[in-house]
Amino acid sequence: MAEMVKLATRESFGKAIAAFADQYPDVVVLDADLAAATKTGIFKKAHPERFIDCGIAECNMIGIAAGLAACGKIPFAASFAMFSAGRAFEQVRNSVGYPHLNVKIVGSHAGISVGEDGATHQCCEDIGLMRTIPGMVILNPADHYEMMAAVKAAIEYKGPVYLRLGRLAVESVNNNDDYKFEIGKGITLRDGNDITVIATGLLVGEAVKAADALKAEGISVRVIDMHTIKPLDKELVLKAAKETGKIITAEEHNVIGGLGDAVASVLAEELPTPLIKIGVNDEFGYSGPATELLKEFGLCASHIEEVVKKALGK
Amino acid sequence: MNSSEKKSLQISACRIRMDAVTGVYHAKSGHPGGSLSAADLLAYLYFKEMKVDPKNPKDPDRDRFVLSKGHCCPGLYGALAERGYFSPEEMKTLRHIGSMLQGHPNMNDTPGVDMSTGSLGQGVSAACGMALAGKLDQKDYRVYTILGDGEIEEGQVWEAAMFAAHKKLDNLCLIVDNNGLQIDGPVEEVGGPGPIDEKLRAFGFDVQVIDGHDFDAIEAAFAHARTVKGKPSAIVAKTVKGKDVSFMENQVGWHGTAPNAEQYETAMNDLNKVLAGLEAE
Repeated sequence: MAEMVKLATRESFGKAIAAFADQYPDVVVLDADLAAATKTGIFKKAHPERFIDCGIAECNMIGIAAGLAACGKIPFAASFAMFSAGRAFEQVRNSVGYPHLNVKIVGSHAGISVGEDGATHQCCEDIGLMRTIPGMVILNPADHYEMMAAVKAAIEYKGPVYLRLGRLAVESVNNNDDYKFEIGKGITLRDGNDITVIATGLLVGEAVKAADALKAEGISVRVIDMHTIKPLDKELVLKAAKETGKIITAEEHNVIGGLGDAVASVLAEELPTPLIKIGVNDEFGYSGPATELLKEFGLCASHIEEVVKKALGK
Repeated sequence: MNSSEKKSLQISACRIRMDAVTGVYHAKSGHPGGSLSAADLLAYLYFKEMKVDPKNPKDPDRDRFVLSKGHCCPGLYGALAERGYFSPEEMKTLRHIGSMLQGHPNMNDTPGVDMSTGSLGQGVSAACGMALAGKLDQKDYRVYTILGDGEIEEGQVWEAAMFAAHKKLDNLCLIVDNNGLQIDGPVEEVGGPGPIDEKLRAFGFDVQVIDGHDFDAIEAAFAHARTVKGKPSAIVAKTVKGKDVSFMENQVGWHGTAPNAEQYETAMNDLNKVLAGLEAE
């Protein structure tokens, strides 16, 4: 068992990309004046000759990354999710997605847990936007260990990837020695028979906490860490639906367009199953400390517990 | 440039124009005006300036070309066809289902296309990325990109221009096809992108303004661009939209309209006359 680490996934990303730089000499990192926040600064310090600050011009940064990829580089282009996936959506779609170039789009400070900066920076639409681009892989790691593995997998995968990072420190849940990351394969963190919580990113840790608390009350909750939202691990979703009969999804994203909708599509088409989506309920966020905001928006273990009990009629 | 070389380039440019008009006619849609205005620039790039090999279109050391004004791909496809990347007969499949010649360039479908473009303002950023890759890898290939004068109304063009100068991309040559017209009318009435040369100079480019149909001027401009060190080059090429097709010249309406059968015949007659004149000299 590896040690428990409490670290923001943006920090883990910075460490990972710097750590893998020697092994993968084609990797270059681009940022748009947010290196200190997205943690690409860690890479910049270690490999300044492979770090490209594009200034505050995210749309151009995505195009630069596309041109670099067309010449054999493996660019990671980072900004806040609001800008790399949001502002530059059309550049990602047309200059990266359509030619299927080997660009890794990094969206940091995703979700409501940006905190005090408020609604303009709390991106809860990025997963939805990226899901609509054909051929885009979407990774939303839950903790430090998963981020380290996801960055390596993204480097080795040939094609566009969207990598989502969080601002807030999260306790690791994937400390098991047999932990194995594979793009498109969810991880069952807790087995259970009464209901399944399929969570992604920051909500994975919360779902585990909820499941552990409910276990003491005799409720058996399966928890799936769905680190890859596209391509979605359909098999694992359908297996959970068959075996537990009820599904809850949990994500720090609008309930429109995110993990919940991806799971809903699979269930509706292949095995209609009762589903409850936990997420941001189609509203903008506001300023406040991240942990308090997460409670306000129901993106926490206690709310997951409530929803589980309600779904089971308890 | 000696006269036989010039004539050869003029003939290539004329054939590119014929290919472009033929493609758009068979597609019943597409963009002839800007393809015709850029044909001489394309001919010079593909037949004289660029280090490229149609038999090895993915050569990592080749010069790169990005048609940032992607809608003028009938001209680019014509240049690639004439240069031998594929048969000029392919032009008749332009924009048809299953064709390698998409309505806007797709690098994965068409041999010789270095970047997928079409959404204006994006190609120039990719060209900057290619030039930067060349610098990082210490390779000596050059990157060329043609933009429309309407296209430069896109803000991303100026983000890219700032980047190119800041990173000292002297292996980048940006060409503005300054034909003066965009869909809604003259560029100076619609978006007012001028003065183009002064703006590019202020952004840190070495700027030359030339007649984009004069091969001596084109040759001198590209030769000078190669000598510029520490900053990117820009060539503002004054051109005529619809060049060499009598009824299309300087007509806004021929930005994105296909000729009917009768108009196609007239256009090809015009171009055949140009060709016959060149061959008779």
